[in-house]
Amino acid sequence: MNDPAPAGFRPRVLVTKIGLDGHDRGSRIVAAACRDAGMEVIYTPPWQSIAAVVKLALEEDVDVIGISSLATDHLIVPKLVAALRDAGLGEVRVVVGGIVPEDEARALVADGVRAVFHPGSTLDDITTRIRDYAGETRRARAGAEDGR
Amino acid sequence: MNAPTDRHVVDVADAARERWQREYSAGVADQGDVVNVSGIAIAPLYTAADRPVGGDAALGYPGQPDYTRGIYATMHRGRTWTQRQLVGLGTPADYNARLLALLDRGASAVSLIPCNSVYRGLDADSVDVELLGTCGTVVNDAAHMARCLEGVDLARVSCAMNDPSPFTLLAFMLVVAERRGVDWSRITGTSNQSDYLSHFVANHMFYRLALPGARRVLVDHIAWCRTHLPRWNPMSVVGQHMQQAGATPAEAMAFTLATAVQNAEDCIARGLDPDEFLPRFTFFFDVSMSFFEEIAKFRAGRRIWARLARERLGAKDERSWRFKFHAQTSGVDLTREQPLNNIARVTAQAMAGIFGGLQSLHTDAYDEAYATPSEAGARIAIATQNILREEARLTDVIDPLGGSYYVESLTDAMEERIVAIMKTVDDAGGMYKAVESGLVQRMIGASAMRFQRRVESGEQVVVGVNKYRDDDAAEQRPPVERPDRAAIEQLRDALVAAKAARPAAAVARALDGLTRASEGDDGNVFAAVVDAARAGCSHEEICSRLRRDLGFGQPLVIV
Repeated sequence: MNDPAPAGFRPRVLVTKIGLDGHDRGSRIVAAACRDAGMEVIYTPPWQSIAAVVKLALEEDVDVIGISSLATDHLIVPKLVAALRDAGLGEVRVVVGGIVPEDEARALVADGVRAVFHPGSTLDDITTRIRDYAGETRRARAGAEDGR
Repeated sequence: MNAPTDRHVVDVADAARERWQREYSAGVADQGDVVNVSGIAIAPLYTAADRPVGGDAALGYPGQPDYTRGIYATMHRGRTWTQRQLVGLGTPADYNARLLALLDRGASAVSLIPCNSVYRGLDADSVDVELLGTCGTVVNDAAHMARCLEGVDLARVSCAMNDPSPFTLLAFMLVVAERRGVDWSRITGTSNQSDYLSHFVANHMFYRLALPGARRVLVDHIAWCRTHLPRWNPMSVVGQHMQQAGATPAEAMAFTLATAVQNAEDCIARGLDPDEFLPRFTFFFDVSMSFFEEIAKFRAGRRIWARLARERLGAKDERSWRFKFHAQTSGVDLTREQPLNNIARVTAQAMAGIFGGLQSLHTDAYDEAYATPSEAGARIAIATQNILREEARLTDVIDPLGGSYYVESLTDAMEERIVAIMKTVDDAGGMYKAVESGLVQRMIGASAMRFQRRVESGEQVVVGVNKYRDDDAAEQRPPVERPDRAAIEQLRDALVAAKAARPAAAVARALDGLTRASEGDDGNVFAAVVDAARAGCSHEEICSRLRRDLGFGQPLVIV
């Protein structure tokens, strides 16, 4: 059986910011760390619309979308998750990194966000888990293909 | 160097030094280099041998060039710093209530953080309602500003607003003052964040006029304020964004000074005399955890600015040479783990800023790594300043660390480092060009990554994060406050109704005034912004028109 996510595969990751905030220290560092960890990184400036993120995810065939939120933009991430689902991209894993209060982080996960990275997370932990999630996405896609 | 009669003293001193060196080397197991964030090696001990040539005389006095010891003769003895807490949340009514409470508790000046939608140049009816008022106050027109400032005497209280180009918040406030009969000549305060270059470099927290347009509007703003608002500081040169984005303290100071030079030279090119505008230049810095490095950063910055203002910019008035700065404790140093520890961090940072000779201080609330500060967090932040001033009495002596072997030596080393970084910027054609090309952004990005790696390797300790972890400290988690959704929706709907009720012709005329001012070189764009605010134009209407006329900027993508 072919493993759709072999150990050497290159995850495709979109690192972006939606909403209103422009603080990009975190997104730049995480993007660089993912790149250094051997992933394909698609990086955008801040302030992407949800529609733009969905379009990019589709065109670039990404496995994971990383949303950096330092100033409450995580509050509209559920809208992104819903929009991805509507576009048939429900298997793409969405992670959020930044300043997210605990109860709101739990609500995000309940709404379909794969993980929330808080300040203090190490780059190693972030990249390892993103790789794992990318593997999940690939397996989910392969599963969907098989079931067709 | 030493007179023969000193020979005996020197011999004794040398012997003592040798003995110390021996005992130190035997007693300290790890002889590895200690290097500060700016990359300067730190010795275990500083002595008279490390003092600058010239000794005490070279130190000078506060209030006298080169101002190493402070820009005023009286410093904090004469007048302590301004307690300027940044506040902003929810609706104008929410803001007003919190502002009046802060003024009651000892804050001596007003500040205003607008909602992120305002930074983006958008009105409440153009953005996701979930995001409105969560990080600042929704202020979209003069009526909103009037509500914000209800009960605040504009002729007495100094106002500072986070108000990037094209300075609509100031325009709204001027309209409010005019309607209340307050003469503009009595208004004091600062256009915080008027420095467009730092926004391009670091946090992008503005609505992105293209660089040339932003440059034009800034000079217009400075020129207009000189005539109409004699007590207003139109220029706040911002190092804070850059250091928060990862610049080292030396880089942040160097880029800030280079920005000030750029803006001053742009004004001079417009035909303004440096002594007409430099006395109204102010600076805004971050104070990070690196205690002595921060103190040395400020002392060195003062000294370099005095020299630049005089020699490079040709200012003759001493007021132009004085390096007035506001400092804010460092938000990125605050941790989510064991959040009450942040009170200790903010205290150390505030002390560094005070010893560094600041004019105005914002202390962060301990809960900022969680959410926009809560009321309780903001209260402790203010109390921290009151305790440092009135219990610990840090203000009893001017420049109390002046003459310290370490502090003076570090001030010199930081000066050297800052000047070298400024040379790199100058070689790239000045700050405008260095930002346009992305040079500055790349340097900051590299420093941010270096710092992150230091934290991850444990070389840079962060208590509760990479050392002394305590996963049971969850009970410290502060409450999160979000604005009342119904009130926000009501505000948005009222704005839509108010826009519809305005005389359309007057609005169109005012917006065309913006276009006319933008087209020629003779008009003043900021004057047209004030006229538009008076005519009832909203923030987004003004910003959209200027974006159309002056160009919409896109952030550079640099990873």
